Amino acid sequence: MNNIFVFCEIEDNNIVADVSLELLTKGKTLANELNCKLEAFVLGNNLNGIEKQIFPYGVDVLHVADEPRLFPYLTLPFASIITSLFEQEKPQIVIFGASTIGRDLAPRIASYMRCGLTADCTSLVIGNHSENRTGKEYKNLLYQIRPAFGGNILATIINPETRPQIATVREGVMKKEIFALDYKGIIKNIDVTNYIKDEDFLVRIIERHIEPKKVNIKNANIIVSGGYGVGSKENFKLLYELAEILGAEVGGSRAAVDAGYIEHERQIGQTGVTVRPKLYIACGISGQIQHRAGMFESSLIISINSDKNAPINNIADYAIIGDINEVIPKMIKYYKQNSK
Amino acid sequence: MRGLKIIVLAKQVPDTHNVGKDAMKADGTVNRAALPAIFNPEDLNALEQALKLKEKYEGTTITILTMGPPRAAEIIREAIYRGADNGYLITDRKFAGSDTLATSYALSLAVKKLKPFDIVICGRQAIDGDTAQVGPQVAEKINIPQITYAEEILSFENEELIVKRRLERGIEIVAGKLPLLITVNSSAPACRNRNAKLLMKYKHAKTVSELQETTEDYVQLTKDRPYLKIEEWSVADLNAKDEWLGLSGSPTKVKKIENVVFKTKASKILSTSDNEIESLMKELIENHTIG
Repeated sequence: MNNIFVFCEIEDNNIVADVSLELLTKGKTLANELNCKLEAFVLGNNLNGIEKQIFPYGVDVLHVADEPRLFPYLTLPFASIITSLFEQEKPQIVIFGASTIGRDLAPRIASYMRCGLTADCTSLVIGNHSENRTGKEYKNLLYQIRPAFGGNILATIINPETRPQIATVREGVMKKEIFALDYKGIIKNIDVTNYIKDEDFLVRIIERHIEPKKVNIKNANIIVSGGYGVGSKENFKLLYELAEILGAEVGGSRAAVDAGYIEHERQIGQTGVTVRPKLYIACGISGQIQHRAGMFESSLIISINSDKNAPINNIADYAIIGDINEVIPKMIKYYKQNSK
Repeated sequence: MRGLKIIVLAKQVPDTHNVGKDAMKADGTVNRAALPAIFNPEDLNALEQALKLKEKYEGTTITILTMGPPRAAEIIREAIYRGADNGYLITDRKFAGSDTLATSYALSLAVKKLKPFDIVICGRQAIDGDTAQVGPQVAEKINIPQITYAEEILSFENEELIVKRRLERGIEIVAGKLPLLITVNSSAPACRNRNAKLLMKYKHAKTVSELQETTEDYVQLTKDRPYLKIEEWSVADLNAKDEWLGLSGSPTKVKKIENVVFKTKASKILSTSDNEIESLMKELIENHTIG
């Protein structure tokens, strides 16, 4: 009882989403600190063997709801099953990936249970709290730290009175790490028919076109990234050219995504993916806080920007002051001349 | 085909996407006064979807509902200038400090008061919090299904709406039985501009509190033209439980606010000269960063 629960989201072909595995790793750390168990829950169809993907992250109990109508995801049946599970198991902390599924589902559950929910946390730590007004002391709360006001401030949110404490976290924010390959947890099957009703299917899926993940920006060693300053979708070709010869992935800032220069899947920053490559080349990126937060842990940062006062230059190791159309071709030329 | 009764939830927000240099105070807190108040962008996308339905299905009405300080009446007028039929402002000091749960509770009471309705529609998220929680939480509180991440409402047939959703790596077309709550993405079409005729007709539309601060002429004007009155609801009008509102109704508490600071590095400034770029590339190759 009162354990930590992580939602394991299922993608096509019954693969557990990367973000869920990252959260299992975080959940394990928190569980060890609180001296409680790590539990996971997974809902889908034909889930036989799914535990093989989950137990190595140190999961002690896996709750499985396996039923044909549970894939693809629908809000209401998921919410019905999960709220029943929580009412029975009384978790103290629950973490969901801040994916389109997690952000659809977690608020519905938090509202039903009348408990606190914090979206898009960038850090989760355990801490105490004393309420000045009442003098009441709270031990071992979950500090849910998230950016607010467009990324300009960091807020630490707590839920002193309500349980579970629910948080969502975006992909790439936490690091995925196997706990023990042969870790053995136990499986508890959820008797789905007890929890879902016909009214849970008032929304039905008519068509679905989900592309397989083609970009692996989170795990790239080198990232060439462009901002609004790149100027056009056409100019982004130059970035792809440099990326091609360096064996890099191409990313972009929110401004570049909003302008339609590059697809959303490649967005780096608080509202996109968090990355920590060996080398990050920022082209025409001014460096809004929300972008810097998603890449400042890169080992080496090179910025190319015609504005020497661009905030990105404050965290760059090298700041090339100039036009990307002049600089990138030279980088390509001198890389070719000097490599091998 | 019948007309639809649509409620649009909208929020007036500080424009966090255009944060200027004076937006942060020296002590690291947000200077709200320096941020202009705007119509939350995705709520405008939602309004446009409602207006499209109104064009398509005769007899459709659009009611705009917003919660905020008295000046939030501004976005009700903005919505009416674009084609919404009427609006309600939920305003009361007791709402101050509400998190998404307390906000959803207040909004859900107002939505229930406007029963019967077919569609509640709003933006996916507001730019001052980016939580995307209020839509689904209102849906839960009024006990209707939700369709989030909508990009386009395709049609209305057999008491079902057909909606295209934009997800992380693709799209989904779903059908949902009315009543429904829908949240709309920024990838949906932008909202139309104000209509000049509507602007002329409604520019003096005012809430009761606004009328109290204005001249006798306006009071007479709204008596003659009742459509100029924007309804205002307080906690008492909603029969809300005080303990579920504002700070006491909010399970989440802000423990601490910090300015975001990144460790600055002493960057090496380079020019675009061939010399400097060649030596940088050589250095990266030699220390095995690339190649």
